[in-house]
Amino acid sequence: MNAVTEIELAGVEKRYSVPGGGAVHALSHTDLSVRKGEFLVLLGPSGCGKTTLLRMVGGLLAPSAGQINIGGRSLWRGTARDPAALNELGMVFQDANLFPWRSIERNVALPLELRRVPRAARLDRARALCRTVGLAGFEKRWPRELSGGMRQRAAIARALAGDPEILLMDEPFGALDAMTREAMNIETQRIWMETGKTVILVTHSISEAVFLADRVVLLSPRPGRIDSIHEIELPRPRTPETQTLPAFQAHVRDLRRRLEAVS
Amino acid sequence: MSDATLSTVPPAAMPARRSRPPLALLTSPLLAVVLIGLWHLYVVQSGVSAFILPSPLAVWNALLELLATPSTWTHTLATVQATLAGFLIALVLGVAMGAVLAKLPWLEQTLNPFIVASQVVPKVALVPLFVVWFGFGMTSKVIIAAVIAFFPIFTGTLRGVKSVDLGHRDVMTAFNASPLQRALALDLPSSLPYILVGAEVGIVLAIIGAVIGEYLGGNLGLGYLLIAKMNAYETDMLFAVIALLTAVGFGFYIITVALRRAIIPWHESVAGPK
Repeated sequence: MNAVTEIELAGVEKRYSVPGGGAVHALSHTDLSVRKGEFLVLLGPSGCGKTTLLRMVGGLLAPSAGQINIGGRSLWRGTARDPAALNELGMVFQDANLFPWRSIERNVALPLELRRVPRAARLDRARALCRTVGLAGFEKRWPRELSGGMRQRAAIARALAGDPEILLMDEPFGALDAMTREAMNIETQRIWMETGKTVILVTHSISEAVFLADRVVLLSPRPGRIDSIHEIELPRPRTPETQTLPAFQAHVRDLRRRLEAVS
Repeated sequence: MSDATLSTVPPAAMPARRSRPPLALLTSPLLAVVLIGLWHLYVVQSGVSAFILPSPLAVWNALLELLATPSTWTHTLATVQATLAGFLIALVLGVAMGAVLAKLPWLEQTLNPFIVASQVVPKVALVPLFVVWFGFGMTSKVIIAAVIAFFPIFTGTLRGVKSVDLGHRDVMTAFNASPLQRALALDLPSSLPYILVGAEVGIVLAIIGAVIGEYLGGNLGLGYLLIAKMNAYETDMLFAVIALLTAVGFGFYIITVALRRAIIPWHESVAGPK
């Protein structure tokens, strides 16, 4: 494993003020470093601040305190964001959030369009990415013509379009059925291994976390904070059979016990 | 079948939009024939005066005569011009104001009482005022059409821009879109279905506005022609002008539907339910 640090969180906190006085402490003082090329999973019960943490790293939510460095550059300056750091981030949401008025390839090309990449070049890149995520043949379709899993593939392709170093995934498969979800986990691992991106994925599924992660960061609620960090040293590529290994099940058992203790 | 295998094989082309059942192509004209037949029977049986209700045949002859009269087309053109000019003014102002107010909540809150008041006032009541201000010519008609058509377009745009999906906004924020890119690549296309609904209502209201303007003054337009025929007790001609106005309205309607199909082919209202 390469030891270069890609993402560094130092003393990051998030408080929301609540209408009518008072404040919610969504995430308390958090330090975390993510290695280049690592697959990191944030796992925790609802209200543990895992999505808040991811949205702060993704440039969608300004931290109340602390520093977030992306590839050595500070992402936040107050509520302003460093565009160079932002360019290294590709975000995948729980909903695919494709624009219904754009074909799949034009959805995938959106980040390049926003960066004013010429039309022919960005569509070439979008079509190549559609092949990468298994959407060849669907480039001209409307999002409404695709299944939930395929829409999420398109969202992953869109996140990869600007060739960021980092892929941030916020419960990306939470809305999918169990079989599609398993297929998407295998696909995500393949894409990660092919592209070598650094990935942070948020989930509340223990088996998804163990299946995908190099490290699982377990968060606990009220206030949100890091409870423990678990190294998952299972061989790659992991397959559905991996889930039957005693080591896999031991990790799941440990995490479940810890999760029950903190919830 | 897993999602992985599904994705490698593109399905056959999506079934074409369900076409109108062929039965309706037969029954709709049949119903028209029956209604006209009933009308004819009533006129013949009741002996009603032709000043009150002319027979279908008399109206048909009047319509042919009307269409053969060159000045009819001058009147039609005047009404169409006033309608289109008023509608376009309403479209530009409605979209611009709707978009601006949706982005500036403080301004919307400030203007809200005035907007509600101007919505509530019967716009027709303002017509005499416009005639006093702008005279009996084209200007009054265009302004009346614009004022009446403005509100559905304005409120449609306002609602459209305000209801842009939060997840879509997140996408634009995450990919660092500039405010202009956000407006052009997200707000505008996302609001188009709302704007087009407003425009469909607006074009119909614009015709009403133009015709009302013609009622009150001037010597041009189909509205003027209606009043002239009424004063001349030419009831069959009155019917013929109404038929012509309906055809004009129908023409506008067909154009707006065609525009909707061309502009938002992705939307459920065009593509049908999934």
